[in-house]
Amino acid sequence: MGVSFVRVYKANCNKLFLDNMVNENLVKDVVKEPYKYGFVTDIETEKIAKGLNEDIIRLISQKKEEPEYLLDFRLKAFKKWQKMDEPDWAGLGYKQIDYQDIIYYSAPKQKEKIASLDEVDPKLLETFDKLGIPLTEQKKLTNVAVDAVFDSVSIATTFREELAEHGVIFCSISEAVKNHSDLVEKYLGTVVPASDNYFAALNSAVFSDGSFVYIPKGVSCPMDLSSYFRINSGDSGQFERTLIIAEESSSVSYLEGCTAPMFDTNTLHAAVVELIALDDASIKYSTVQNWYAGDEEGVGGIFNFVTKRGKCLGKRSKISWSQVETGSAITWKYPSCLLLGEESVGEFYSVALTNNLQQADTGTKMIHIGPKTKSTIVSKGISAGNSINSYRGLVKMGKKATGSRNYSQCDSMLIGDQASANTFPYIKSQQPNSEIEHEASTCRISEDQLFYLQSRGIEFEEAVSMMVSGFCRDVFNQLPMEFAAEADKLLALKLEGSVG
Amino acid sequence: MQSKMKESDPILEVKNLFASTDNLPILKGVSLTVYPGEIHAIMGRNGCGKSTLSKIIAGHPSYKITNGDIKFSGENINSLEPEERSQSGIFLGFQYPIEIPGVSNLEFLRVSTNARRKFLNKEELDTFDFEELVKEKLELVKMDKAFLSRSVNQGFSGGEKKRNEILQMALLEPKIAILDETDSGLDIDALRIVASGIKKISNSQTGIILITHYQRLLDEIEPNYVHVMAEGKIIKTGRSDLALELEKNGYEWTDNFVKKT
Repeated sequence: MGVSFVRVYKANCNKLFLDNMVNENLVKDVVKEPYKYGFVTDIETEKIAKGLNEDIIRLISQKKEEPEYLLDFRLKAFKKWQKMDEPDWAGLGYKQIDYQDIIYYSAPKQKEKIASLDEVDPKLLETFDKLGIPLTEQKKLTNVAVDAVFDSVSIATTFREELAEHGVIFCSISEAVKNHSDLVEKYLGTVVPASDNYFAALNSAVFSDGSFVYIPKGVSCPMDLSSYFRINSGDSGQFERTLIIAEESSSVSYLEGCTAPMFDTNTLHAAVVELIALDDASIKYSTVQNWYAGDEEGVGGIFNFVTKRGKCLGKRSKISWSQVETGSAITWKYPSCLLLGEESVGEFYSVALTNNLQQADTGTKMIHIGPKTKSTIVSKGISAGNSINSYRGLVKMGKKATGSRNYSQCDSMLIGDQASANTFPYIKSQQPNSEIEHEASTCRISEDQLFYLQSRGIEFEEAVSMMVSGFCRDVFNQLPMEFAAEADKLLALKLEGSVG
Repeated sequence: MQSKMKESDPILEVKNLFASTDNLPILKGVSLTVYPGEIHAIMGRNGCGKSTLSKIIAGHPSYKITNGDIKFSGENINSLEPEERSQSGIFLGFQYPIEIPGVSNLEFLRVSTNARRKFLNKEELDTFDFEELVKEKLELVKMDKAFLSRSVNQGFSGGEKKRNEILQMALLEPKIAILDETDSGLDIDALRIVASGIKKISNSQTGIILITHYQRLLDEIEPNYVHVMAEGKIIKTGRSDLALELEKNGYEWTDNFVKKT
């Protein structure tokens, strides 16, 4: 078996480590950055009883007036889920989740049919306003269409008419089930089958809302599409489901943002995202994840257990994931690409920042099935405080993936001496005529680097944040412009006072 | 030995400075006064404390002042942060400029220049205005614009790194510049570029301290004073001919000097 892979380890660690000078108290300060999205919206909600059983699933399906096939899909998924065991292979430490103690459907009470945004509860609009996502006609973002999801339901989607002129469908998945049932039935569960994993099965059984995108043949989506997920209730899980279909020669850039209030309990967020790209289509999916991460002692925070996968079905299709993961008590996700079409391309660009007692186990799977497929992985992990930050990735070259190539680069940066970083690259190749390249490095911000910047008049914290964003540059360059600026600020905010 | 007729106040006064790192004493009573317009050279064997002195003046956190004072423009700066010292006009040209991956040289230079400008109550420059300014200064050190888009010092040759230091000095317009072996590792052309850069920056308001091993830099820039350091002290101060003497006789005599005292 001729596996050709090059392994290069760059040793760019400096001898003088930051920890020599780090005052312990100051390290603790790093973690003290207040979470500015932690407010709760006081709104009357309709919640169903806690717990999970067939009746609950029927109730969710009924509330959403779903067709028979979907109820079926849910019930089958639930049966599978019941037979599955919660995975523990990642070695993440968390208290066992009591799935009967979660509310699976929670929606703000409002009128049954909303004709326009004017009828949306002002409190909800205000909430999204506060989050920097204005939805009203006068204030809405000019270059991005937004689908705002509040707990289990989609509140509003902007620019629908404009998009419709191009044949682009952008709406909540509940609406898609009603209005574009054929597409949903055709594609739902084809990328992430209900039996894929424990959390995907759970999601398939109880998913509430999420976004649906359909880009018709030959259309390049005229604006970025964006979903903003907001968890408001402390005791309900969020199980959103996103489905994006890009027909032949179409393209779309989709952005996703997330925040949640501060609760001292853990909230489960188990989403499933499925992307499908046909011949010559391209999907760019960017995430800035800033769920509440818990406090300094690790109390509270979101469990972000998400399955994201894209299928490059068509020839020369392309799916590109970029993510900036800064929030959540635990992040456990591997946005992946199934590269079926000849010459299809998969990309994964990731920045994961952990602080305090956060844990992140994230990475990607690039499954090369078709010939001449190409994938690129660039992962940047930054660990501060007592956090654990792991990259875990699989690159697989199937038997038919002749002439395929992968390049992976996994860099870790440690801040302070209590944080840890791991890299777990798995490589499997059944195709000798393919190339896999993996580079990895670990570094710390050195005292000398900091002194150099300081001796040029740059304040200590700005120096740290300059180096951190410098470290993430390759990934930030992949983000849509507004997102890149936001990500930069977010990282600086998260690290404020964390070193010193 | 300092010049007698001074009309202005000193820029820098180092008084009986003792300093250590990891409880190891490095400086053992250094005194040095620099007036505006003066160029001082500090020479001495490796390990005599020259670089340490420069780092302490710039505020390196690894060194602890155990006794004595550093005054800048009449103010004691012992407890100032490195960035505050830089902003107020102290510049250290590094012997080994540090590589900072991912941080663009242009952005670094701009943030740094603006920090100094802010201190001077000058308007901060946006990217466009700054590019104008930096272009002008690039010519001084004969650097190509391409340097600006690279990461700070990353992959720069030895000479390029040193020229980048001089570029920073030109942008920051410090009141005192301490150049730690800026001439080492340079070929003759690069040395001339660096020397002419230094000369262009020095004026009647600026003080310059050149830490060097070689006469060749001092051939280009004639110092007002030459100090010889040994064992953490300045053991001899003279005019520029002292450097020539050292070039001829080496430092062996300094060993004897230290033993005697």
